[in-house]
Amino acid sequence: MSDIHVEQITKTFGGQAALKGVSVHVGTGEMVALIGASGSGKSTLIRTISGLVSGDRTGGSVRIGGVVMQENGRLSPQAKTIRGGVGVIFQQFNLVSRLSVLTNVLVGFLGQIPALRGTFALFTREEKMKALTALDRVGIAHTARRRASTLSGGQQQRAAIARALVQNAQVILADEPIASLDPASAKKVMETLAAINRDEGITIVVSLHQVEYARRYCPRTIALRDGMVAYDGPSAALTNDFLRELYGEASEELVLPDAPLRPAPVREGIIAGPSLATA
Amino acid sequence: MSDRASASGGGAPLRHGGTDIALQLKRDWGQTLSGAAIWIGLAALLAWSWYPAEMDRWTYLITDFDNMRQYGAEFTEPNFRDWDYYLREMVVTVQIALWGTILAVAAAVPFGILCSHNMVPWWVWQPVRRLMDAFRAIHEIVFAVLFVVAVGLGPFAGVMALFIHTTGILAKLFSEAVEAIDPHPVEGIRATGATKIEEVVFGVIPQVLPLWLSYALYRFESNVRSATVLGVIGAGGIGQVLFESIRGFYYPEASAILIIVIATVVLTDLLSQRLRRLVT
Repeated sequence: MSDIHVEQITKTFGGQAALKGVSVHVGTGEMVALIGASGSGKSTLIRTISGLVSGDRTGGSVRIGGVVMQENGRLSPQAKTIRGGVGVIFQQFNLVSRLSVLTNVLVGFLGQIPALRGTFALFTREEKMKALTALDRVGIAHTARRRASTLSGGQQQRAAIARALVQNAQVILADEPIASLDPASAKKVMETLAAINRDEGITIVVSLHQVEYARRYCPRTIALRDGMVAYDGPSAALTNDFLRELYGEASEELVLPDAPLRPAPVREGIIAGPSLATA
Repeated sequence: MSDRASASGGGAPLRHGGTDIALQLKRDWGQTLSGAAIWIGLAALLAWSWYPAEMDRWTYLITDFDNMRQYGAEFTEPNFRDWDYYLREMVVTVQIALWGTILAVAAAVPFGILCSHNMVPWWVWQPVRRLMDAFRAIHEIVFAVLFVVAVGLGPFAGVMALFIHTTGILAKLFSEAVEAIDPHPVEGIRATGATKIEEVVFGVIPQVLPLWLSYALYRFESNVRSATVLGVIGAGGIGQVLFESIRGFYYPEASAILIIVIATVVLTDLLSQRLRRLVT
């Protein structure tokens, strides 16, 4: 059970509503793209689901795998436990740049091992092997001993994915994971995410700035506009014309200028989520 | 007026977008006046302090120059006969500084974290900061006098004095480093379900460690100097020997001791500079 239930979440930052009563359901094993122009609330939604931000006290709740993460603007006592099962991937990678890649991945164990052992960084050989396996899974095992800061952006992002794997996460929330990467690295990272979704059945919600990647890697897309869900359905239906209808002028920043108006090749084996329609 | 004339003189007036750009050179009278006020204020402060600081006695520097020359002459013939004794006491002074600094570093790590407003709520950092202010505000010498009364004459009083004063300084410097960290990696650690302490260990300390080491080494350097002075009030080490020599008019001996102190301080400076460059 690793589905995500977001129920009527509203979040206001200094009088500015970032989310206005957003309700979203993501089923176990889905890979969902979250798109929207800058300031549409993508990041806030991801950070609310991961419990890094708590919503306004206007009702509303986030449940992951049936367990309450936050309710009525308060983190639940189980939040720390749930966080352990939710891997979060950030635009800025959020690795500790002076620590080795291996240590950065081992951090993923902190939520699972006794606090005292974690505090003194006493990781077992078995844990280290698991971390190396995760690094191998994302294709950068050879960098394990290097300082995180010496890696390229794409490699750092894959190290962050390895950390989420080590966490044994059933859900991965990725907040603009490719926004600061070059196209080749972006492709690598998206492929890695798609692969772990396919092979490990991990539920993935990934916020993207450009709809191209959503069409290529995610069967289902949720589009936000001004803090509200503007579209929720198959990515294939998101044509450039439809985006223009949704966002008007702002649609330009979502679509690569030279992108062909190609319908998304939906990956076989996964059927688009059932919850269509708010459009 | 003259500014403007010289800027636009010697050709067509420079114009852009309909305004005369030479206006940029016009004197800002508000700024000029406030600048003058600062200088006048400083001059007034100095004048006010002149007599209380007995600055009017500066003429003595010239009229009593002979006294100084006589006094100084005795220092030009340092007597190194007891050099091994001085050296031993100098080492004691460095040892006092070493322990004082190490204890302070150990205490400044938790206090530094508890002083940082991005780590703890205000009702924690406010009182801890004020406590550190108190540690810092009271000079080592005052602490040394207190500890001499409490634990008796000798090096231990010096260690405790340096320990407390340096804790106040390092906690402040450490917390400033903590407040300047990049919060993103810490968020990354938090997202794995780590405890608050693990967030600090894995997210904060790696980021601030080079700065912390550098500050600690710098304080060690300063503490070697301070420890020398602490000896004067009976907290052991070379300072005590120095003070006794001066009080007994043994100027050649005092001169030898001063040379040893200077050499040691220069040596620590060079060494700590080298080490600091290594860690940053």
